[in-house]
Amino acid sequence: MSHEKVLMKGNEALAEAAIMAGCHHYFGYPITPQTEVAAYMSKRMPKIDGGVFLQAESEIAAINMVIGVASTGKRVMTSSSSPGISLKSEGLSYLAGCDLPALVVNVQRGGPGLGGIQPSQSDYFHATRGAGHGDFHMIVLAPDSVQEMVSLVFHGFDLAEKYRMTTMILSDGTMGQMMEPVSLDMGEIKQYDKPWALTGTKCERKPNIVNSLYLQPEELEKRNFERYEKYKLIEETEPMFEEYKMEDAEVCIAAFGVAARVSQNAIDEARKQGIKVGMIRPITLWPFPKKAFASAAEKVKSFVSVELSMGQMVEDIELSVRCKRPVLLCNRAGGMIPTTQNVLDKIIEASKL
Amino acid sequence: MKEVLTDKRIVVFAGHYGSGKTNIAVNYALALREKYPGKAVSLADLDIVNPYFRTKDSADVLRDNGIRLISSEFANSNVDLPALPPDTYAILDNKDMLGVIDVGGDDRGALALGRYTPGILEDGSYDFIFVINKYRPLTGTPEDTAEIMREIEQAAGMRFTGIANNSNLGDITTANDVLSAVPYAEKVAEITGLEIKMTTVKKSLEAELQGKIYKLAPMTLYVKQSWDA
Repeated sequence: MSHEKVLMKGNEALAEAAIMAGCHHYFGYPITPQTEVAAYMSKRMPKIDGGVFLQAESEIAAINMVIGVASTGKRVMTSSSSPGISLKSEGLSYLAGCDLPALVVNVQRGGPGLGGIQPSQSDYFHATRGAGHGDFHMIVLAPDSVQEMVSLVFHGFDLAEKYRMTTMILSDGTMGQMMEPVSLDMGEIKQYDKPWALTGTKCERKPNIVNSLYLQPEELEKRNFERYEKYKLIEETEPMFEEYKMEDAEVCIAAFGVAARVSQNAIDEARKQGIKVGMIRPITLWPFPKKAFASAAEKVKSFVSVELSMGQMVEDIELSVRCKRPVLLCNRAGGMIPTTQNVLDKIIEASKL
Repeated sequence: MKEVLTDKRIVVFAGHYGSGKTNIAVNYALALREKYPGKAVSLADLDIVNPYFRTKDSADVLRDNGIRLISSEFANSNVDLPALPPDTYAILDNKDMLGVIDVGGDDRGALALGRYTPGILEDGSYDFIFVINKYRPLTGTPEDTAEIMREIEQAAGMRFTGIANNSNLGDITTANDVLSAVPYAEKVAEITGLEIKMTTVKKSLEAELQGKIYKLAPMTLYVKQSWDA
């Protein structure tokens, strides 16, 4: 593939970026609005030397196949949409318990339950609070353009291998379906030693064991404490965010993904009306960019969280700013997207506080 | 677009996923309306693949121009049902009507066209246009494009009669991007033995490209991102 610009759907860009990042194993199950990832993989993987595309018999089978390949230290990915990610939750917990690197994509749609096929961000809690049983986290990345979808796939695989854990790309139906020009040149892929991987002993070393079962509770407790030391380090070093017109802002919008795209239009509109408003766009939802919000709280008088959910990000903002400033919510749910006017109205309300 | 209308009663657009079929179909139907004010014009959306960005997004402009939109009642809803609109047969049955048919992407989308193929072939007055875009990664080379064309023809049970070159990079497309896709389109035409019936571009590039492109067809963009409105 050349490094010139091409026109891609977000879902296709996810798939192509994964292949370019060295992921030659994909297991999935079709579900709207994510199906293009699997469809694209089915066309491209057979053309890759050693490439594997497999449509599993179920979401649960797909995530367990991911566990299998991840155990060998190879880059592996699966993707789904909200109800399918719920089904994969058990596997996500096992990936964490086994300390395996993997990339999991959630192209969110409206819920709960079967919900609908229109875009949503209502799996924020599920993604950031540990998407399964037990004490664990995933690194959660939220792109707001097709180009960023590509760069975060590369970054996501890198983080997964660096920390031996799952990275989730938390996308939404609009991001997955929309088309934008992208460049696929992402440079070097960092190589990590994987002495833990199951690659065959060749009778030259002791067998490696990948496992999440611990017979002694003391041992399991120790692993959990060690894992949380790692999480602490990630919270210190890996938060990513982007600021937009924050220099003189009195109102700070918090939004990610498609909500950030709408918010940017609303901010430009509000500034024409003389309202000093800016945005902090979290790119990592876990680790949440707490420090960025804490320092913004020293300057702005209020926050507005713009979301395609019932306000799941609000409490992360409140915790980050220690409730020093009010956090308003501008939201649509169930597959609806806030309009520029919706956001503008809320900015005006927040500016009068 | 008016200059490149074919003289056929039914015009069907198919092609690779995301090649721009829907926008071309909407513009084509509007151009038909302008050229033949006395005729009934219908646009049928046969897309059973795409959940968003459908012909139904253009329902207002079609209605305002007196074009009948034949679309699944489930399009753009939460119902994930690959349903076909039953009144598509109106286009086949009413010989006075001008019909534009927008088919879903790839061979999967073209499968839905198959059930109407016997009627279209029997009618005889049709064009089956293959929409191509050099800047889509799976149709980046003439050979890959021709392969997708053959897959679509097999699924549809019908041979293409022409090509619409819609090579573009979305909003950032320049005249140069369009010009550098010309050799690609010509090569596709050569391999497939099909004629380039139109080269579609956004209206803002019309002045720059006038006279430089064979069968230039400037279009208005009706399929938009939801936050552009």
